[in-house]
Amino acid sequence: MTTIAELPPGFADKVLSAQSTFRSVMDAMARPGSVQRIVPMAGTAGPMMRGTAAIALTLFDHDTPLWLDARMSDSSDVLKWLKFHTGAPVVQDTSIASFALISDGGALPSLERFALGTNEYPDRSTTVIIQVDALDAGPSFELRGPGIDGVATLRASIKPFDLFERLRINEALFPRGIDVVLVADEAVVAIPRTTRIVSKGA
Amino acid sequence: MNAPAYNFAYLDEQTKRMIRRAILKAIAIPGYQVPFASREMPMPYGWGTGGVQVTAAILGPQDVLKVIDQGSDDTTNAISIRKFFAKTAGVATTTSTDHATVIQTRHRIPEASLHESQVLVYQVPIPEPLRFLEPRETETRRMHALAEYGLMHVKLYEDIARFGHIATAYAYPVKVNARYVMDPSPTPKFDNPKMDNCPALQLFGAGREKRIYAIPPYTQVVSLDFEDHPFEPYRFNAPCALCGAEDSYLDEIVTDDKGSRMFVCSDTDHCEGRQAAGHRGALSAAPYKDKAQGEANG
Repeated sequence: MTTIAELPPGFADKVLSAQSTFRSVMDAMARPGSVQRIVPMAGTAGPMMRGTAAIALTLFDHDTPLWLDARMSDSSDVLKWLKFHTGAPVVQDTSIASFALISDGGALPSLERFALGTNEYPDRSTTVIIQVDALDAGPSFELRGPGIDGVATLRASIKPFDLFERLRINEALFPRGIDVVLVADEAVVAIPRTTRIVSKGA
Repeated sequence: MNAPAYNFAYLDEQTKRMIRRAILKAIAIPGYQVPFASREMPMPYGWGTGGVQVTAAILGPQDVLKVIDQGSDDTTNAISIRKFFAKTAGVATTTSTDHATVIQTRHRIPEASLHESQVLVYQVPIPEPLRFLEPRETETRRMHALAEYGLMHVKLYEDIARFGHIATAYAYPVKVNARYVMDPSPTPKFDNPKMDNCPALQLFGAGREKRIYAIPPYTQVVSLDFEDHPFEPYRFNAPCALCGAEDSYLDEIVTDDKGSRMFVCSDTDHCEGRQAAGHRGALSAAPYKDKAQGEANG
């Protein structure tokens, strides 16, 4: 049985680390495709990356139902760490989750299964946090939309490979939709529902 | 009692998380008003409790904060909010638009163009642009859901029918990213064009009405109008009496009880910056500034 003393730690400075992490995520969301760095580091558990752990400590609490993919939820270390540090309830139903943590992008469920919000309350939608291999190398994606001055180019090695094709559901759904946060270790990129992919290079 | 009485930036961490989540959704859905659990703040509603909560949720120790009220850094509201954050967060404060990283504003957008590393936080009294046309929240929410904004155009049309022009001078409705009609807060319509394609992130907080909304950087913001009555920003046809600026938004100041008045820049930082650079208006009476200028030149 794991005792609390064996759990990896949260933020050393809860208040300022959460603020700094939030500003990185806010900047990422405000400037889609730009790579932001998460500076303060917490401990992490199982397959959870350091950036994901920092985001969890910053945004999750008892008000945010969480959905974990199989690789995350199979790790009792992840479950214990999240429960102790955030208190967020883990749910089995994707459609009521405020956040979803995906460590195995290849097994990402169909995006329609997450909460998409309603036309009256489009904010009641799942923010899907996907851990990816790299956000500085790999195929290039050209993005357009609010927050982007012209075109933003993102080079990223991500799974699922067809993530941006899948995100095209956001075009028809708007203002409903799925907001995605990509994490590669301490790097973070956000793809809010307004972002459109214009081309995909090699 | 040596322990600090409040958390950094006053709000507790659970509240900040809730506000931060609302801000992220607001950015993801430009112009949509995200409901949030607005807290009681140590100032009355109407004094910027929404803006203060947004600022408290984003502010960090490395930030430099500027607060303006109707363009002025020196009015009661601006000074007390600036002092509030200097005290509860220990942040550096400034009156310089250029040096600030976070600018909280009541009813103006600074004259100086904003840059990418800045966040502009608006204090909003009534966030719902349709509220005076339709008092029921259930109805306005449905109108936003259906993008049914005919009523707003009827209102602007009635202005034209009655006055010959669109008489709305402030809180002039805008459409954000070609979807949501949004209240820019009671800024003069002179400022509306500054919201369009702005490099800075713009966040709006309404404390009493419990709404947060946002305009991401580089987002299209269009003031509603008609083809034959296009949107026109309004400005008093006069130069600033202190700095001579011909292009800034002016406040009208009554100077006696015989109808005398003067027009001065509403943006005090802009006006003082111009005066420091040697610009003089017709009523400029600042000999100490001339002297300083003279010394600098000599």
